[in-house]
Amino acid sequence: MCLSIPSKVIKIDKEINVATVDTMGVKRDASLDLMEEGDIKIGDYVLLHIGFIMNKIDERDALDSIETYKEILAIMDEEDRKNAILEDDECPNRGD
Amino acid sequence: MNKTVTLAQGNGGEENNELITKVFYKAFKNEILEKSEDAAVIEDGKFAFSTDSFTVSPIFFPGSDIGKLSICGTCNDLAMMGAKPKYLTVGIIIEEGFSIKNLEKIVRSMKKELEINGAIIVSGDTKVMPKGTIDKILINTTGIGEILYSGISSNSITEDDTILVSRDIGCHGATIFASREGIELDSELKSDCASLFPIVKKLIDAGVNITALRDATRGGVAAVLNEWAKQSDICIEVDEESIPVSQEVYGMCEMLGFEATALANEGTFCLAIKKEDGQKAIEILKEFNLDATTIAKVTSKHPQKVILNSSYGTQRFLDTPSGELLPRIC
Amino acid sequence: MELKLNNLYDDFRDGQTIQAYQKLIEQEAKKISRDINIMEVCGGHTHTIMKFGLPQLMPKNIHFIHGPGCPVCIMPKERIDHAYALAMQEEVILVTLGDMIKVPGSNGSLQNARAKGADVRFVYSPMECIKIAKENPDKKIIFFAIGFETTTPMTAALLNAVVKKNITNIYFHINHVTVPEVMKELIDSRDEHIDSYNNRIDAFLGPSHVSVISGAKIYEIFAKEYKRPVVVTGFEPVDMMEGIYKIVKQFVEGRCENEIQYNRVVTYDGNIKAQELINKYFDKASLFKWRGLGNVPNSGLKLKDEFTKYDAEIIYEKILPKHEIEDHKLCICGDILRGMAHPTECTIFGTACKPSSPVGSCMVSSEGACAAYFKYGNII
Repeated sequence: MCLSIPSKVIKIDKEINVATVDTMGVKRDASLDLMEEGDIKIGDYVLLHIGFIMNKIDERDALDSIETYKEILAIMDEEDRKNAILEDDECPNRGD
Repeated sequence: MNKTVTLAQGNGGEENNELITKVFYKAFKNEILEKSEDAAVIEDGKFAFSTDSFTVSPIFFPGSDIGKLSICGTCNDLAMMGAKPKYLTVGIIIEEGFSIKNLEKIVRSMKKELEINGAIIVSGDTKVMPKGTIDKILINTTGIGEILYSGISSNSITEDDTILVSRDIGCHGATIFASREGIELDSELKSDCASLFPIVKKLIDAGVNITALRDATRGGVAAVLNEWAKQSDICIEVDEESIPVSQEVYGMCEMLGFEATALANEGTFCLAIKKEDGQKAIEILKEFNLDATTIAKVTSKHPQKVILNSSYGTQRFLDTPSGELLPRIC
Repeated sequence: MELKLNNLYDDFRDGQTIQAYQKLIEQEAKKISRDINIMEVCGGHTHTIMKFGLPQLMPKNIHFIHGPGCPVCIMPKERIDHAYALAMQEEVILVTLGDMIKVPGSNGSLQNARAKGADVRFVYSPMECIKIAKENPDKKIIFFAIGFETTTPMTAALLNAVVKKNITNIYFHINHVTVPEVMKELIDSRDEHIDSYNNRIDAFLGPSHVSVISGAKIYEIFAKEYKRPVVVTGFEPVDMMEGIYKIVKQFVEGRCENEIQYNRVVTYDGNIKAQELINKYFDKASLFKWRGLGNVPNSGLKLKDEFTKYDAEIIYEKILPKHEIEDHKLCICGDILRGMAHPTECTIFGTACKPSSPVGSCMVSSEGACAAYFKYGNII
C-alpha cells in the first residue's frame, strides 16, 4: 500500500492491456487491468504498484502543490531576511 | 545463529560477518586474519594475498560477466592494500553441459582484465560437476600482489582523515537485480565492474597520503563505512546529499525499495585520505569518473557508528545491511 | 511550468520545503495549549517518518503514534503456519510478495521452509504467477495474498485473469484486510487503565495508497462520528509535513474534517474499477485475527462462494494447522500496534528481537514500527 511510485507512460499495448512505464530510465511493463479503457494515454504520469497502474496522477494538482511550496519558501525567505535585518539593526557592534 | 546456513549469511552484511566470526575466525585464529583487511599483508609488509569466489547470476550482464568479475574482484582486493597485482591462480567449477563458446567468452574477459592489471595466471584447476549440482559455473581466484604503498589499514582511520568515494554508487547491485528473471525491467543500467589498480597507482605516484581504501562490494558503501567505523573505533558522519547516485540506480531503488548505499559495487571504492590531500585525491579520481567526491568526515560523536546527516537538519544511523536483499512491498 | 517526472520525486522531498513546513507547524502548534497525538495508519508513513527523521522536526506538543499499517506485521502466526504447511507440500509452489518470506511462524519462516527444500518464490507482481503456472503445469501454484486495500485489487485482477484464461493450476490463500475496521477497533478499544501512550488518538494521517483505491470516502465516519480529523497524506516527506500542518490547523481553527492532502492521486470516490473487481471476487469475512490485536470484526476478506474451487484454504483444509497460538511472552507488538507502547519500551527490542532475528512481526517488515526504529531511530 506504500511502495507505489510515480512513472511516465511511454507505450501502450492494447491487445494485452499492458503499458510500458518509465521511472527515471528504468522501464517496465505494468498491467492496465485496474484502469478504465482509454483512461490512460502515452505521456500520462501514473502511480505504479506491484506491476499494476493504480491511478493517473493529476498534473494540475501536482503543479498546484509545487506552486504552493514555492510560495511558502518565498514567504519564509522574506521572513528570514526581515529577521536578519532586525538582528543586524540590534547588533551592538554595528557602528552608526 | 541458526543451525543451518541461510542465504542471508552470504550477503556481505551482518549475518555474513556473524558466520565468519563464529565459525571461521574461531577455527583459523591468527593475527593477520583478524585484521580483516581486504587482502592479507604477509612477509613483513612485502606482499598482499587475497582470495575471492564468484557465484554471480546471471553470468553475463550489462557491463560485465563472471570472468571479468573474477579478475577484478581479487585484483581490486590487492589494489585496496596498495599492492600491484602480480600472480593469480584460478579454480573453475563447471556444470556439465555448459557451452564451450560461453566458456571461451568468459576466459577472453578474464584475459583482457589481467592485461589491465598487469597480472598473469600461474596456476589453475578445473572441475566438472554433474548437471544440476551447481548453477552453471563457479570461479575462485587467488592473487598475490607486491605492496607499493605500505601501511594502508582499515584500523588506522582518525579525525585527520576525510572520506571519499570514487564514483556514483550501486550500479552493479542494481544491474544484477534488473537482469534477474522474475523482475522484468528494461533499463540503461550497467555494472560498474572495473579494475581499480590503475587509479590506485596514480594516487600512489602523486604522493597522496592514503590511510585506507576499500572497494564497496557486497553490502555496499554502507557495509564499508560501518566496517571502518568499527575497526578504527571512530564515528563517520556522512553528508547524505553528497552521495553520488545515478538516475537509473535511483529509479531502481525507488521501484524496489532499496537503498543505494546497500547495493553492491564492483568498481567503486571508498577512500580515507589525510585531509590535506583530499583535494588532490579528488582531482585524480575525477580523471576516471566525474562523480568522485567527498562524502563524509570522521568525528567522535558516536564511536563505531555511521551517521547520515540530512540537508534539513535531521540525523539517522546508516547501519550495515542485513538480511537477504528483498524488495519492499508494503 | 511543465511537469517532469523528476518533479514528482524531488519537489516532494525538497529539504528547504521540509524546513519551511517545520516552521509553519511550529507557528500553528504554538497557538494551542494541548498536545496532539497523530496516528499514521500506513506502514509507508512510518517508514518516511523514521527515514527522514520527522520526529526531530516536531514541536514539543505534537506526537506520533505508529499504527498497524503493515500487512506483514499484523499477520498472525496461525496464518504463517498455513503458508508454511502449504509450502511443504510436494506439488505446491508457494508464491508471495517480498517481506512475507521472513515472518517467523511456529516452525520457522518461509525462508526456513525454502532452506528445507520447499519451493517458495517471491514475486514483484501477482501476475508473475501466470508465468510460473505455465512453466510448471504439474505443480499447484498457490498465491499467498497479503495486503490492505491497495494490494487487494491486484489479487482480484490475477483471479480475473485465471478465470478468463481458464488456468487450472493457480490457487489463492487470502489474507487481505481492510483499514477502516481496524481504525475503529483502535479507537473503540481504548483502555483507560493503561498509562503508556494512553491510546489517545487525536487525529489520523490517512493512508496514501489505500485511499487511491478506496477513495477518501471511507474515512468520513472518523471525522463525523468519532470526531477525529483525518488528512489523507502522501508518503513523501513534504507530503507528510503538509499533512501534519493541515491537522494542526484543523485543531487551531476548531474544525474536524476529512481532508485530502494527497490530491494529485486521491479523490473522494477512489478507483471505481478496482473497487468493482474487489467486489466481484471477495466478500467480507466476519472475523480476521490481527497479530497483537485479536479478532477485528469484518476486517478480513475471503473469496466469494462461487470461487471456492480456487481457495487453497478450503482445498487444503485437512493439512492446515488449526490451533490458536499465543505470541511470545515478551513480545509487546500488540501494544505497539495499538499505539500504546513505543518500540523502545519493549524489553527485547534490539537485543533478542532485531531485523536479523525478529521475534515479533513489527520487526520483520521494514515498515514495522520496530524495524523502522531499529534502522532509523536511536539517534542520541
